[in-house]
Amino acid sequence: MDELMLDGNAAAGLLSDVFAVEMTTAIGICDGCGAVEAVGAVRVFRGAGIVLRCPHCDAVLMTVVTAESRTWIDLRGLRTLELETP
Amino acid sequence: MGRLNWLIAEAVDVVPETPRVKTVSLEVPGWTGHVPGQHVDVRLTAEDGYQAQRSYSIASPSDRTRVELTVERLDDGEVSPYLTDELRPGDQIELRGPVGGYFVWEPSRGGPLFLVAGGSGIVPLMAMLRSRAAAGSDVPAVLLFSSRGWEDVIYRDELERIDGNGLRVVHTLTRSKPDGWAGYDRRVDAAMLAEVGPRANDRPHVYVCGPTPFVEAVATALVDLGHEPARIKTERFGPTGG
Repeated sequence: MDELMLDGNAAAGLLSDVFAVEMTTAIGICDGCGAVEAVGAVRVFRGAGIVLRCPHCDAVLMTVVTAESRTWIDLRGLRTLELETP
Repeated sequence: MGRLNWLIAEAVDVVPETPRVKTVSLEVPGWTGHVPGQHVDVRLTAEDGYQAQRSYSIASPSDRTRVELTVERLDDGEVSPYLTDELRPGDQIELRGPVGGYFVWEPSRGGPLFLVAGGSGIVPLMAMLRSRAAAGSDVPAVLLFSSRGWEDVIYRDELERIDGNGLRVVHTLTRSKPDGWAGYDRRVDAAMLAEVGPRANDRPHVYVCGPTPFVEAVATALVDLGHEPARIKTERFGPTGG
């Protein structure tokens, strides 16, 4: 798993830098098409940061960019994100 | 789960599986165990401080502080050529995990289990099968494993050994086959999934892992066969393929 496109499973560690709960089982609703998917099932592209895309309509769900000690998170493409709270 | 800390892992063994794939055994002090299907992140740091980080599926069942990764060498990869070509017993790398709770299975979840692997997509599924065998579980399981050729079949001998006891291993070879091969010799399709796998009515837990086009074709065919989308867990990697 060393390629540019992955899925949410491979992003679990990176997302754990940002969110304090297990994220691959979090459920997101795509703001573009309304599809409901676990984060583990969405497409992930790796570049300067990571981009999560809807596997149904390809809309950008989330971007996470980390540089030095700052992280930028864009969640515009998610209508909701449902997390398991410990 | 809280924040994950980077741990120092020491390579204990590096064993070839196929011409392009090796298994790296690591001793990880502080490792607290994992569930089959989970990942680790591996981080390499160059002398100039440049860091590269990649996610790998764990191949081994949970076993104290030992973690095995099976890695396919990608020629343009930043991390895999180091792990397959350079890493020697005694070398140290950074690792954190385990991560992931979506693409996981353990024997207590029951079955039937239907695993569909393309190439190195076998790795997290092998952790599940090894865990099943280690637990003495008799959960009915089918592994349908697509490889390019017989010499490319990862874990070939071990799969032969664990076949039986409620597990059925079926291979398909998509590019080349040995003389006298009587098995499947085409890409996984709906007809093959229907012949080999549990019926949708039996409500199997289905795990599909492999290159993106493989996973999407298999998942679509499974839904067409009547399997519930929520019971089909996928893990994909590789080129986007458009």
